[in-house]
Amino acid sequence: MNKKRLLFIILSIFLLTAPYLFETRYSQHVLILVLLYVTLGSAWNILGGFAGQLSVGHAAFFGIGAYSAAILASKTSLSPWLGLALGPVVALPVALIVGRICFRLRGPYFTLATIAVSEVVRLVALNWRDLTGGAVGVVIRPSVFSGTDKVPYYYVILVMAVGTVALCQWISRRKLGYFLMAVREDEETAESIGIDTTRYKLIALSLSAAITALAGAFYANYFLFVDPTVVLPLALSVEIVLIAIIGGLGTVPGPVLGAVLLKLSSEVFRNYFEQANLLIYGALLILVILFMPDGLMGGFKKFLTGDKRRVTG
Amino acid sequence: MPLFEVKDLTKRFGGLVAVESLTFQVEEGETVSIIGPNGAGKTTVFNLVAGFHQPTRGEVVFRGQNLIGKKPHQIALAGIGRTFQLVKPLRGLTVFENILVGAFAGATSDAEAREIAEDILAFTSLDSLRDAVADKLPIGLRKRLELARSLATRPKLILLDEVMSGLNPSESKEAVELIKRLRDDRGISAVAGVEHVMQVVMSISDRVIVLNHGRKIAEGRPEEVAKNREVITAYLGE
Ligand SMILES: Nc1ncnc2c1ncn2[C@@H]1O[C@H](COP(=O)(O)OP(=O)(O)O)[C@@H](O)[C@H]1O
Ligand SMILES: [Mg+2]
Repeated sequence: MNKKRLLFIILSIFLLTAPYLFETRYSQHVLILVLLYVTLGSAWNILGGFAGQLSVGHAAFFGIGAYSAAILASKTSLSPWLGLALGPVVALPVALIVGRICFRLRGPYFTLATIAVSEVVRLVALNWRDLTGGAVGVVIRPSVFSGTDKVPYYYVILVMAVGTVALCQWISRRKLGYFLMAVREDEETAESIGIDTTRYKLIALSLSAAITALAGAFYANYFLFVDPTVVLPLALSVEIVLIAIIGGLGTVPGPVLGAVLLKLSSEVFRNYFEQANLLIYGALLILVILFMPDGLMGGFKKFLTGDKRRVTG
Repeated sequence: MPLFEVKDLTKRFGGLVAVESLTFQVEEGETVSIIGPNGAGKTTVFNLVAGFHQPTRGEVVFRGQNLIGKKPHQIALAGIGRTFQLVKPLRGLTVFENILVGAFAGATSDAEAREIAEDILAFTSLDSLRDAVADKLPIGLRKRLELARSLATRPKLILLDEVMSGLNPSESKEAVELIKRLRDDRGISAVAGVEHVMQVVMSISDRVIVLNHGRKIAEGRPEEVAKNREVITAYLGE
């Protein structure tokens, strides 16, 4: 317990002071990216890891959040930061409609449906030019954190990432977390003990989508530009899934580890070859599947404690 | 008024009539066995009552409330628990977590759920396996966990589909004891589906219903049913 507390304190100090430890704009940028993906991976994990509903369409919610913030900023004189609130508000009803449709399907059919939905969202963004600017996208004027200082952005995304991880930790120990795991393990069993499986899948999707849209709205404010190829690609959906799987599906620290490892390594290797991302992810995925079928978290646990999950009696 | 009542319950699968005009009642605190050879329709009855299948015709009334058209989770919350013939543990969760999930469904608070789960863990003598992962349990213990998870929802009536099958003699003895204690200690009514007529099963049943090809061919006290000519024919052939 004491070791855990020490680790927690060291980590807190590191996170709070990180932008001053790494003063170059590039390293601050990498920190922000890592935290963005910690948020995305953890949000996805609520639906995909806890509830076992493997969505490969989360770019749709990210894009909806990003476009909401960007359009609000470009069409009104309101602060683009209001988009942080607007993103989840727009994403929620979309998530509920998507859930009503996709949750009729199970397993791989559900996954295919989420891909289809996100493609529909992408095509809407591409063709609804009056609203979205089509392929040209939307440019936002920098307003609040003027100039080029990255530090304020760091603290905003830090709050989002820590908040999301804390929410996951909280859920994992409560009724909600247990119900989602029951849904993942066996829907008929879950129903047989009184769990409204449709309702709980919708709750997981709503939480997951709202946070993903919030992260999208942050992205728009940070990059000051959105278009369908950057905020709505299938590759983004896949990247989010891989972060959670490589880190450890359904565990709280998993997506955190996954995001740190994947984003850092892709940044390192980007300097050597273009499109390093996909290559790195592919290689890591194969390694993890071969040597740590429960992801990095599972691997660590086994390493630290020996496999505890065995029948002893 | 009986606790539980099935009236004219009928289920067709295409041309096959799996359950035909079945009517029976269960009183409070009563243990009723539905016996019948493989394919007689026992599991189908359970699936109809628990809301996993929709009946072609008929009524299921529990504490004065008609359950037809309700979803499985609504029926569970109304107070009818069930086990599955092919056990369905929450595989990745531990024994305690499996029971806890059931307890959460019926409890009003976190603390209450944990209390219920502890109680059921002790009641079913699964304490020593508390942290074992359900997936790794041998079949006998999985069957017991199946019962424990359902009990954690605190049902008034529990549907036990083949709780004895696949158990060795000492395990089935334990299972019989457990079922007896359901009624005697907890006042829970039970309907047990049983394919093989064993003496032990007869000993725990207040009443026995015999199904053959979806139809009720006999009903009564265990010793009466055991002497029934039609029942003997159904089991032994002509
Ligand atoms: N989902 C289903 N679809 C079609 N036929 C079914 C289905 N479930 C059960 N049956 C048929 O209904 C009959 C009764 O089966 P079942 O209720 O499983 O009997 P028991 O539990 O007494 O062995 C069998 O002939 C079986 O093949
Ligand atoms: Mg059966």
